[in-house]
Amino acid sequence: MKKSTLLDLLLLVIRRDLVLAMRRRADVLTTLIFFVMVVSLFPLGVGPEMDMLRKMAPGVLWVAALLSSMLSLGRLFSADYLDGTLEQMMLAPHSLSMLVLGKMVAHWAVSGLPLVLMAPVLGLQFDMSAQALGVLIVGLLLGTPILSMIGAIGAALTLGLRGGGVLLSLLVLPLCIPVLIFGAGAVDAVTSGLSVVSHLSLLGALMMVALVFTPWVTAQALRISME
Amino acid sequence: MSSLDIWMRENPLAYVWLGSYAVALLVFAVEIAMVRHKRKITLQQVRLMQEAEKDQEDEGTA
Amino acid sequence: MAINWFKYSAPTTFYGLAGKMVPWFAATAAVLLAAGLYLGFFVAPVDAQQGEFYRIIFIHVPTSILSMFLYLVMAGYAALGLIFNTRLSAMMATAVAPTGALFAFISLWTGALWGKPMWGAWWVWDARLTSELILLFLYLGFIALHASIDDPRRADKAAALLAIVGSVNVPIIYFSVKWWNTLHQGSTFKFSGTSMHIVMQQALLLMLLACWAYAFAVVLSRVRSIILERERHTTWIAELPEVRQ
Repeated sequence: MKKSTLLDLLLLVIRRDLVLAMRRRADVLTTLIFFVMVVSLFPLGVGPEMDMLRKMAPGVLWVAALLSSMLSLGRLFSADYLDGTLEQMMLAPHSLSMLVLGKMVAHWAVSGLPLVLMAPVLGLQFDMSAQALGVLIVGLLLGTPILSMIGAIGAALTLGLRGGGVLLSLLVLPLCIPVLIFGAGAVDAVTSGLSVVSHLSLLGALMMVALVFTPWVTAQALRISME
Repeated sequence: MSSLDIWMRENPLAYVWLGSYAVALLVFAVEIAMVRHKRKITLQQVRLMQEAEKDQEDEGTA
Repeated sequence: MAINWFKYSAPTTFYGLAGKMVPWFAATAAVLLAAGLYLGFFVAPVDAQQGEFYRIIFIHVPTSILSMFLYLVMAGYAALGLIFNTRLSAMMATAVAPTGALFAFISLWTGALWGKPMWGAWWVWDARLTSELILLFLYLGFIALHASIDDPRRADKAAALLAIVGSVNVPIIYFSVKWWNTLHQGSTFKFSGTSMHIVMQQALLLMLLACWAYAFAVVLSRVRSIILERERHTTWIAELPEVRQ
């Protein structure tokens, strides 16, 4: 008898969600295109003066990443909720927290990771230095998972509601503000010649804390929404 | 905005009163009004509901 | 004599108790408000640096403190409701939210008005004001979530979870905003540098207690309406004098 461990469960869920996401590549791409568009709107709004854009760049990129992540969060549970799979997952004897973690990882791989890869390209539009781009990428690598994880709580709480996406953003954005502050702050620090260690380690710490607590909290939120 | 600034410097107490305390008291008044209004319509709804149930009982359909 | 706390956790008994308490708290609030305003405006001296403008603190500081305190109260009741599954705890959390949000609003408004004479701008991204703004967002999120869910039990529990997640986040948010503010050398609200005149402290305390008593009165009033609404199908409601008319 094959003994399936928690890790097997995790990998199974991740693989399943990735396969499902790949079948709907349009969803993935629209998030990315939204990211690009939002970033491009800022210079159009504030003018093409390079000095100002260079200063604004970290904030603009981080806010755009935040908003793009919010967009894709609605999809985290809704497909499974609508076809009844979510109910089955909750009735299964396996750890719901693990299942949720698997979904979070898959969501990040499909929504967060592309942003991380796209960001440096967009950063060049703002004339960011190589150092700044490096810190931006590291920050986003640490921060986008946090956004996926905190967002999952919001997605679970707003499951099936009319207000849907906008309500979810309203709930989750305030909670993501620290990530924004530390992430954008890190890039600012490196451009000013200061140390980024504190910013990035705080981000790392937040990610660890989120990793430990959010799957369980999201599982509880799912139970509340589904009963 | 500068005429406002001038007025503000010359009438600090009026500024404090009209700007802050008046607004705060207004918010409190609005909140109290909202609470009382909520109570009034809740009572109305409960009464309506009770009467509807009573009518149903009288007709024997409840 | 042991107080049977659980007696008052039933909506039936709490309704009556709250009804008796509201007038007392309302009267106390009015008296304390009058006393506090008198001390603050007619007894407290003019500030060396800020002149008369500093008198805004007598409404700004109490509402700030209360907005934060009420959030914790809301989260506390939410947690109780989730853990013990008591209906009344959830109702109390719902009743506290609008009052907390309004206090946060007043705090922001008066903070802005204080900022204008101090810094020349209607809004400065001071750490405390910015945190207060985020707190207002958290309150609004709670209210919005609760209002968006039709099933009352799901609404209670979902909003409760949100409140708890929010309260855990509040220290993190405050810390990160403070950090952000000092990094960008933002302006901070300072008061005279030296310690406050004793009358100012007394006025502040009176206003704080006034706001606290007011909050009690309004929240208890509101929860009575919520109880009426939720329990409308019960016989004890039908027996109430105000319902029988």
